Amino acid sequence: MKTTTCLSLLVLAGCIPLHAAAQQKTTAEGIAEYRALLQDGNPAELFEARGEDLWKQKRGPKAASMEKCDLGKGPGVVKGAFAELPRYFSDTGRVQDMESRLLTCMETLQGFDAAAIAKTPFGTGEQKNIEGLVAWISAESKGMPLNLPQSHASERRAYEVGKRLFFMRAGPHDFACATCHGADGKRIRLQDLPNLTKNPGAGEGFGAWPAYRVSSGELWGMQRRLNDCFRQQRFPYPGYASDVTVALAVYMGVNGKGGKTTAPAIKR
Amino acid sequence: MRIRAQASGDKTTVRILMAHEMETGQRKDAAGKTIPAWFIQEVTASLNGKTVLTADWGPAVSKNPFMQFTLKGAKAGDKIAVTWKDNRGETRTDEATVS
Repeated sequence: MKTTTCLSLLVLAGCIPLHAAAQQKTTAEGIAEYRALLQDGNPAELFEARGEDLWKQKRGPKAASMEKCDLGKGPGVVKGAFAELPRYFSDTGRVQDMESRLLTCMETLQGFDAAAIAKTPFGTGEQKNIEGLVAWISAESKGMPLNLPQSHASERRAYEVGKRLFFMRAGPHDFACATCHGADGKRIRLQDLPNLTKNPGAGEGFGAWPAYRVSSGELWGMQRRLNDCFRQQRFPYPGYASDVTVALAVYMGVNGKGGKTTAPAIKR
Repeated sequence: MRIRAQASGDKTTVRILMAHEMETGQRKDAAGKTIPAWFIQEVTASLNGKTVLTADWGPAVSKNPFMQFTLKGAKAGDKIAVTWKDNRGETRTDEATVS
């Protein structure tokens, strides 16, 4: 009689944590499953196709294509460029991410006004074209390990600046990026948040943007992602392709070194 | 449109990604004015010119829709053509080869 009670107790004890673990997994797994289902028909592909055309098209006041644009691996080299951005560019003397670099190329090669494009609202005018370009350029590096250079002093400084910004608490909610993205296992509603201070979180998080957002039917680049993070914290908008956004990208990208890029990914 | 058609045995999987706004007609813009409905109403797919699928769509289908179906009897090299027609009367046709 005694033995039976013991046994059933043991079984119960063994059952409870197992059940809880299984339930917790289902939430994250459910989202992963949802993404996998959509991955097959990721509409980011439509943006990629447009981006490739835009890259080769002669546009702008100078009627030139982007094919001579140097994304860090030499003029016109697109493959693998995304996995090494942001990086230092000697011609501009700045650390630049993909979007900031595209603005430089659009200005120098095609004759567009970069400052005017930076002020254009997301998803309209030339910003819409940048969405296509970032989708295509990132897709050309799909599956490659993130490998941001840190050899130049400016790149190392950008990392330190990015780190300070990441942990800087401010705004009406006294938030920092680190409030949500500085520890493992945090989430907003059902969404698991990556820990951007180390791998695999930083690689998975940083390497997944640009991404197609199903909820809005739009393609978001890293600049728009960061803008929304700032908006949710009730911070002032840091400005498109500004040093602040680039420094944060360097911080996340370097932390994610070795993580494989999945961009353009698909998000809810 | 991006169309991929892959044959495996006697079954061919056709996957189609379409670029379309798919406005429901129930949303309002920033000024409070209703955004007019604009959506795909009819999708047809044909194999070597013979219609194999017709679908009636409405405003409930998502923006940039993705459609997938399996087809019997298609061989590598066959032509798959997909046409959509929206409620404004605009239409688009794209073709792909079965691989």
